[in-house]
Amino acid sequence: MQLKNKKRIKGALTSAACTLLGTQSALAMDNQADREHGWKIDAAVLSYSEADRVDANEVNVRAQKTFEDESKLNLNIVMDTLTGASPNGAAPSDQTQTFTRPSGNGSYDIQAGEIPLDDTFRDTRAQIGVAWEAPINRLMRYRIGTNISSEFDYESISVNGGLSRDFNKKNTTLSLGGSFASDTLNPKGDIPIAKASMAPATTTQPREGTSESKQVTDLVFGITQIINARTLMQFNIGISQSDGYLNDPFKIVSVVDTNGRPVDYIYESRPDSRTKTSFYWDTKHHFSWEDTIDIAYRYMADDWGITSHTVDLHYRWNITDQWYTEPHLRYYQQSGADFYRHSVSDGEAVVTNDEDLSADYRLADFDATTLGLKVAYRMANDSELNMRLESYQQMGDTQPSDAIGVQKNYDMFPDLDAIILQVGYTFKF
Amino acid sequence: MYKILLLTLICTSLIACTGLGVEPWERDILAKAEMQPAATAVDGAFDDHIYFSKEASSGGASFGGGGCGCN
Repeated sequence: MQLKNKKRIKGALTSAACTLLGTQSALAMDNQADREHGWKIDAAVLSYSEADRVDANEVNVRAQKTFEDESKLNLNIVMDTLTGASPNGAAPSDQTQTFTRPSGNGSYDIQAGEIPLDDTFRDTRAQIGVAWEAPINRLMRYRIGTNISSEFDYESISVNGGLSRDFNKKNTTLSLGGSFASDTLNPKGDIPIAKASMAPATTTQPREGTSESKQVTDLVFGITQIINARTLMQFNIGISQSDGYLNDPFKIVSVVDTNGRPVDYIYESRPDSRTKTSFYWDTKHHFSWEDTIDIAYRYMADDWGITSHTVDLHYRWNITDQWYTEPHLRYYQQSGADFYRHSVSDGEAVVTNDEDLSADYRLADFDATTLGLKVAYRMANDSELNMRLESYQQMGDTQPSDAIGVQKNYDMFPDLDAIILQVGYTFKF
Repeated sequence: MYKILLLTLICTSLIACTGLGVEPWERDILAKAEMQPAATAVDGAFDDHIYFSKEASSGGASFGGGGCGCN
């Protein structure tokens, strides 16, 4: 029994360390059982549905094979489809607004008082990931992996790797991981010239080239520490550097007159680099009454002026040996980017100079909450069927103090309300 | 960055000074599936993709799988 537990624990710690090194490694489980069963498969489908906006469906299949020497092969396949409408960045007005579609071939109208949404989003994405992890010696492991993601107008390829080492009777694990991603985008309608005015449909659009690229480098240093027989903690610090084209080519900014009515729409302009730093802390505690609590906090700050706090709480209630349920609460709060504006006034220097400017709501001040519940049924041979239902809401400043004229009559932040439904199945063979 | 370094320093100091940890025979609970740091990898990956597309922050615990997140 003790020997079995030791092996289990070794597997657990290995998984803990590898978690720090990348998403694809995250198939933590009982190592002994893995060897007995060969492959472990995790499969799930997800439906994400926003009220009046985006609908997304996603399928994820993860497979992990554990070998005799505790090496592991991880395979990951993701497919998703997306349809619906997304805020284009423009502010509401008291008149009907007409916008040119990104392709330049048509236009769409937004009624007075409505948040302008571009309803042309339609995309399918496929992602494949492969990773290999193996022991170097009794205390050290390495991991290498790659990911390729492809969609209609966006390609991403990344490589990642990491090292981990156990200390202190394997109560402490230090890990260092890195990832490099190279992304290329070829948006429909080509690359808009930043700050240029949106041109009427079917006329010559302000464009510069058909594709752009960006590179993202991530480094994460982590410590996993066993506190006591029931408690485990993990600390990460991360730095992420993005360089290249960081604009969203589909986002515009309203230029308004003294009454708050639009006189122009200009394409957004973001800096061509971004450095993010983050601190992440996660604690898991198993209660004497057999339930488990998991609480995580993340602090993030970047050189765009954005800071964020995220608290993520899961409580796993083991009802019987077969059934468990897991309530989930997440709270997120961010401060906006220095260059975020809901709209700008005609004649302001920022309309024409080279300062950055964006009205993308995702760069604004806002709070978000997630409330969810997962129910799972465990069967023989470590298989599990589970379902998760969650509600995600974003709340921003709908009545900003600097709203101009008619803008004061309307909601200026596109509050978001989404339902997430997921069904998953795990089995071994 | 300064805040992050300070937090890390505090955390590592706490670990170094308190002699935390357990003996090998005390690890049965820690070996349970739900005590693994990524016990629900699929859930985590879905969540990362959603929040990456809808918020200005991402990562912290892991690396993303790629994609535009433009909507």
